[in-house]
Amino acid sequence: MFLSAVPQPSGEPRSRMSRQSQQQHRTPIRHIDNTVEVKSKFEAEYRRFGLKRNGFGGFQEFYHLLQNIHHIHGVEVLLEYADIHGDLLPINNDENFHKAVSSANPVLRIIITKKEGDSVVYTTNSLQRRRKGLGLTGLRPAGSGSIHSKNKSGLMIGPPQDFRQISSIIDVDILPESYRRVRLHKYGSKKPLGFYIRDGVSVRVTPQGVEKVPGVFISRLVRGGLAESTGLLAVNDEILEVNGIDLTGKSLDQVTDMMVANSHNLIVTVKPANQRNNVAPRGSKNSMGHSGSVGSGGSIGSALSHDSPSPASQSNPITASSSIAEGDSYEEDDDGDVILENDCLSPNKYYPVTNSNSSTLNRDSPHKGQHSVIPQSVSMPNSLGTSLSHSATMMSHHNGGSTHSVSSSQESMKEDGNVITL
Amino acid sequence: VGEFFSTCGFVQPSKECKSRLRGGSHLAGAANNVAPFQRDGAEGCPSCNFLVCVCARAPPSVTRVTSVLTHSSGELLLLGTEGGHVFIVEVPGFRDCRSTIHSDLQKPPYDYIGRRNLEHVEALQENPINSNQVAIGYGRGLMVIWDLNHRCAIRHIPATQQLESMWWTENGSCILSSHSDGSYCCWTLRTGDKKEEEEKSNIPYGHFPCKAINKIVQLPTAGGPPFLLFSGGMPRASYGDRHCITVIYSKTQVAFDFTSRIIDFFVIRDGPHHTEPSALVVLVEEELVVIDLQTEGWPVIQTPYLVPLHSSAITCSHHVSAIPLKLWERIIAAGVVQNTQYSKKLWPITGGQNLAPDPPQRDLLLTGHEDGTVRFWDASGVCLYPLYKLSTAAVFNADADLNDNMSQSAEGEWPPFRKVGCFDPYSDDPRLGIQKIHLCKYSGYLTVAGTAGQILMLELNDEAAEQTVEAKVVDLLQGQEGFRWKGHTQLDVREEPVLFPPGFQPFTVVQCQPPAVVTALNLHSEWKLVAFGTSHGFGVYDYLQKNTVLVKCTLNPSDQLAMEGPLSRVKSIKKSLRQSFRRIRRSRVSLRKHHISNTNKVIQEANARLEAELAEMELAPVQRKIEARSSDDSFTGLVRILCFADTFLSDSSHNTPSLWAGTNGGTVFAYILYIPPVEHRADEALTAQPAKEIQLMHRAPVVGIVVLDGHGAPLPEPLETAHDLARSPDLLGSHHVLVISEEQFKVFTLPKLSSKMKLKLTAVDGSRVRRVGVAWFGSSRTEDYGESGLVFLTNQGDVHVLSLPHIKMQIRYPCIRREDVSGIASCVFTKQGQGFYLMSPSEFERFSLSTRYLVEPRCLVEAPLPPVFSNQHQPKLEGASSALRYMLSPYFPFFLQEIQKSLEGDQT
Repeated sequence: MFLSAVPQPSGEPRSRMSRQSQQQHRTPIRHIDNTVEVKSKFEAEYRRFGLKRNGFGGFQEFYHLLQNIHHIHGVEVLLEYADIHGDLLPINNDENFHKAVSSANPVLRIIITKKEGDSVVYTTNSLQRRRKGLGLTGLRPAGSGSIHSKNKSGLMIGPPQDFRQISSIIDVDILPESYRRVRLHKYGSKKPLGFYIRDGVSVRVTPQGVEKVPGVFISRLVRGGLAESTGLLAVNDEILEVNGIDLTGKSLDQVTDMMVANSHNLIVTVKPANQRNNVAPRGSKNSMGHSGSVGSGGSIGSALSHDSPSPASQSNPITASSSIAEGDSYEEDDDGDVILENDCLSPNKYYPVTNSNSSTLNRDSPHKGQHSVIPQSVSMPNSLGTSLSHSATMMSHHNGGSTHSVSSSQESMKEDGNVITL
Repeated sequence: VGEFFSTCGFVQPSKECKSRLRGGSHLAGAANNVAPFQRDGAEGCPSCNFLVCVCARAPPSVTRVTSVLTHSSGELLLLGTEGGHVFIVEVPGFRDCRSTIHSDLQKPPYDYIGRRNLEHVEALQENPINSNQVAIGYGRGLMVIWDLNHRCAIRHIPATQQLESMWWTENGSCILSSHSDGSYCCWTLRTGDKKEEEEKSNIPYGHFPCKAINKIVQLPTAGGPPFLLFSGGMPRASYGDRHCITVIYSKTQVAFDFTSRIIDFFVIRDGPHHTEPSALVVLVEEELVVIDLQTEGWPVIQTPYLVPLHSSAITCSHHVSAIPLKLWERIIAAGVVQNTQYSKKLWPITGGQNLAPDPPQRDLLLTGHEDGTVRFWDASGVCLYPLYKLSTAAVFNADADLNDNMSQSAEGEWPPFRKVGCFDPYSDDPRLGIQKIHLCKYSGYLTVAGTAGQILMLELNDEAAEQTVEAKVVDLLQGQEGFRWKGHTQLDVREEPVLFPPGFQPFTVVQCQPPAVVTALNLHSEWKLVAFGTSHGFGVYDYLQKNTVLVKCTLNPSDQLAMEGPLSRVKSIKKSLRQSFRRIRRSRVSLRKHHISNTNKVIQEANARLEAELAEMELAPVQRKIEARSSDDSFTGLVRILCFADTFLSDSSHNTPSLWAGTNGGTVFAYILYIPPVEHRADEALTAQPAKEIQLMHRAPVVGIVVLDGHGAPLPEPLETAHDLARSPDLLGSHHVLVISEEQFKVFTLPKLSSKMKLKLTAVDGSRVRRVGVAWFGSSRTEDYGESGLVFLTNQGDVHVLSLPHIKMQIRYPCIRREDVSGIASCVFTKQGQGFYLMSPSEFERFSLSTRYLVEPRCLVEAPLPPVFSNQHQPKLEGASSALRYMLSPYFPFFLQEIQKSLEGDQT
């Protein structure tokens, strides 16, 4: 394992989310066009308030507003928000604050955590040991004040907090040194994968001598694409495997189709054209993987991340386990088909205006299709991020007054489109 | 006389025949020998086969065989070569070249001395009354009569024009020669030492330069003038592109005008001594045409096999298994009425026995064509036999008169053309092209959909009827703005009543707006609904109330390509061309400006960068972009599949009629249909309510949707249970829906739509699903056991079978070459585990995955055993192995006999 320290999803945040979503059902939503509904949470307390979509200033202003609202003056806090893909993302400057406000549909959910608490959780192994000792029974690290009083100035180890992982080199410990296995995380980002492949001739050393065999190579990287931005792939790298499947004997078109089919979680094994920057396997791979997973164990942000290859490669380091691990994690990702139930489909012209009262009224006359509003449900099977996205979708869809017109249905579908790509 | 290949059946043999002849035709004379081969059928097959071997291996050299003569003794084969030599070999051994006639042995007559080279051997003919004499025709024109016994030339006939073919008349007194300048000559052979006399040189379509006469035949009749037949010879300038065979008998002369190149022809003769010419058999490139020469007017005899499938290009096909007898008879009756122009004469070619058992059921293959016709083929047996032809053009105001082609033989026209053959590749209006067909075999309702968004509902009627076809325009865009359709216009439906002949008669036309090609079609005859889809959306039409039930737009508003129709692509090419020209011009301008000022430096840099990029792109090899599918891709809204199902969509206790639609963008829409009870069906409104929507994460096109009942079996066809032909579906257990995308198979539970299981295809082996069907595989051992399976064809040309409902891979079989894209696209699966695909534009290949339903071309040609075979020759080992090949091929039972015999000989 390298770079991709991967968290174990803890049960705690999820249950918290579902509690929220239940609350959501009970609370009628009032929504006026250009205000953003903000729901912020600090420890066990919730606050709700409105925010002018365009009339609000920058991050600092917002930060102070939150401190005011939660009465936590002087406490250093981290702000995070739930984005439409179900990820927790940080708010720490004007830019990502505006991003957060603009992506709220219609609720912007803010989670406030104490800064000291976090650093404690991420740094020390003492917590992990302690948790193990306690038998891992639902003890919330961030909430247990006894711990963060101890190590106040720990070093940050683990995935960086303010960034979203887009790529990683994996399976360094089991691959030959001259190969590199790269995982590209597409998430829901608009950023294209951005590379081209071509046919070529590969030279292999066999017992019979040097042999020339057809191979597939990277022919071009698109400027600004995911592949280029990782810096892990380069033109003329030979592609050997796609998601653990050997490409020997496959045509360029077949390889293209395979890569497209796996594009949501693409793992390519390449033989880099430039062999000077290879990563040597670490001596103690076990401790590597261990510390990786432990380090981020309590992180809320990465608890929602989808991949978990480290346990597999840890448990099965001798075989070419990567493919299994990849397969597993891919399965999880892949079940992200979105199923919309009936009234999600009823086209909505306006953004939620009615409250649940009117919807119950309308329920009595379901035959007038355009007004029938039943609380919709969106199911996303097996996804780790289900609960969060669930509630997010819930909010975006919990709506009433709707008019039959396809153009507006297109609009609402476009909004849904973001949800769909989960 | 006239033993042709046996019942041959199916369409594949036509290729064999053609390729054999075509292969031989560059041996020039080989094709000419079809007739003699058939006449003495005994050694016809093997020597014919030998020829194929020869020409397959022969490099262009002086020894290349250019003409062949099978001697009537059955013992000799004469091979004329490029170098002008004639080799005489013994059959069937092909061993011993007893003698060779060298061209330099010929001592041309004095006046011929100026030409040194006689060129290749163009033609070989045997004297019909004296088998010791053969005529050798050289390319330069010289003909030599050679005596085989004395091995010397008897006569020289010094023709001066390039020789094309030669014919020795029946009584042996004349030789006809045809030449490259469109002339033919008749040379009378006088007895004694007198010189041959050129009786007459005749250019039949004279005055202006003519094309060559490729083959000439003259046949006597019992009590009258002889028949003269020749191919070619048309005036070069005006009719040089016609493919004609001229028949002259007494004062009658007709130039049969074929639509494709003539490969060969021969005349079948009957009567007590097999002397009367009765039928002309013409093999043209695309079909086999037989003309009755004994009936007044020389009508065409309908071929019982080898009917050209592609008389107009095939655009789609649809297979219906197990047709009820009643419907079958009605279709046949409708077809009989159409075939009045054919000769009443029986098919003149006999020989061979069809050993295939009677087909267990009646199967129909429907082919849709570019010219708006639908042809119904009897696909139950080996041979595809045409039953009925439906033309949809009559519904619309088409510009061209359909009978234009046939009525062109005006009085006094010269040459006296007559159009024959049904191969007609020219379509009057491409919008008429048929894209989708669906036939309900129980109710006799048929729906066909075409290129210009037209959907026709047709009903089988045994009487002719004059009726107005009701047109209904359905706007699939549903008010979506910012759009201009740039494709073809919609077809113009005739408003006045049209007389429709007995058969399938249209009663309603639905026209999609915009008139994009219909990409999905389904018919539910029990609910009387037809569902249709294009690249813009889909709709459901109630053909009882003549009303639209549902219209849904699936178009992504930013999808310009789908919006504007097929022409926008052309436009974009034009645009990019224009842009590149502009770029070049701009760079020139900037170059000029460079001297004047530096103000445009920025533009120049940009130009340079653009050009560098362009150059880079041009230099780059074939490359493929790796990108995830997104909702912004083109044609994501194109509807790929529509399916009706009576299943549990809203809750698990009430089954309701439903419609399922799958798009190119990996979306599945499910609608609950409310259909009034039968007594109110005609007056109460039907409604459709959106119920579910699945967006597959990988966004691959959805190519199939199958609803499985509580037992995991696919739901029966509409009306199937009503006719007691299928077990009613299990409505107690929970239903499932299987969604098949190009990349994977996924089973969802109903009504929850939670994912139950899936099978990935593309992610694992890189192939994608192209065609899919549900088939029932009956056990070959017991009558009552069978399983349902999902059959699919990938873009790699492999056929796979998956078990249902557990979607486990059962078998994979490479079926079609992966390069054969049109073959893969044309594949249809039958309900019994068979399939058809176009192996060429004119040939369907049939394959079977079922052990119970097999259709094999089993037939036998009984050949009289010539005495030469009793003289045992030692078969070589390699001979035996090659004979094994012939055993597999049903057309050479003769070889079987030979091999069996030689094996028996070895044992004793």
